[in-house]
Amino acid sequence: MGLSPFNLLFAELEVGKHLYWQIGNIRIHGQVFMTSWILIGALLTLVVVGTKKMERDPKGVQNLLEFLWDYIRDLARTQIGEKVYRDWMPFIGTLFLFIFVSNWGGALIPWRFIKLPSGELGAPTADINTTVALALLVSLSYFYAGLSNKGLRYFEYYVHPTPIMLPFKIVEDFTKPLSLSFRLFGNILADELVVAVLVFLVPLVLPVPVMFLGLFTSAIQALIFATLAAYYIGEAVEEHH
Amino acid sequence: MDSITTAASVVAAGLAVGLGAIGPGIGQGSAAQGAVEGIARQPEAEGKIRGTLLLSFAFMESLTIYGLVVALVLLFANPFAG
Repeated sequence: MGLSPFNLLFAELEVGKHLYWQIGNIRIHGQVFMTSWILIGALLTLVVVGTKKMERDPKGVQNLLEFLWDYIRDLARTQIGEKVYRDWMPFIGTLFLFIFVSNWGGALIPWRFIKLPSGELGAPTADINTTVALALLVSLSYFYAGLSNKGLRYFEYYVHPTPIMLPFKIVEDFTKPLSLSFRLFGNILADELVVAVLVFLVPLVLPVPVMFLGLFTSAIQALIFATLAAYYIGEAVEEHH
Repeated sequence: MDSITTAASVVAAGLAVGLGAIGPGIGQGSAAQGAVEGIARQPEAEGKIRGTLLLSFAFMESLTIYGLVVALVLLFANPFAG
């Protein structure tokens, strides 16, 4: 870390401070793992409870899950297309739900009451490592989708309208994960920072509307990440004529 | 790091995001205008318009995000820190 202006100005913000766990030669950010596991556990519990006793007339949790299923299916079907969307729906749905629950969990659960030796608990998606991992997963899966559906004809996509597009399409393969990961990371970190700065300046009332705005944008970011992942996969499996 | 490099990095980081936000801001404005006009003319197409609008917003936003990447590199991983 070269310089950290936030730490100088606001001692509480703690950008770039982490709870390090040493595993072999790797130092990992422990607080991200803790929050991710808690949130994954909550999500799994919800899904298991909701699908335990399924009824013809959905009620309560089952109703919510069926609504989510419909929502994700529509998202995947419009972006990927009728033919292969079924294969990719679980992936898109997992991405959407994990990011959504991470963003909202980071904002809604009062993590501040749990004290850590260093760093603080928060949204797992406010850490660049989480979002880069998710974005690289998306990259791998659209390559896999293209290659498994069209074989080597997938590379026609690179020269599709004209071969002049070739360098741009190759650069795009690198900028796709870059922009996916930084979009999510930047938005979530910015939300947390804005709320933290406002709480620091005016601890009453004023931060509340900003918190609601943060909830709105983080829901939109989860939707955008899932939509773009589906769009990239759809682009890779699309047939050119 | 000497103080002139620090000052230049901080100013450059501010400019990278600030200038990078102008173009996409204008673009998103005109895209939103088009979407609102489309919904006003054809309210039943709202769902489809919203999906396309969000997707195109995301592509425009990525331009600002490249500015953000540059700013974060300057602030937290400065190659000239020495």
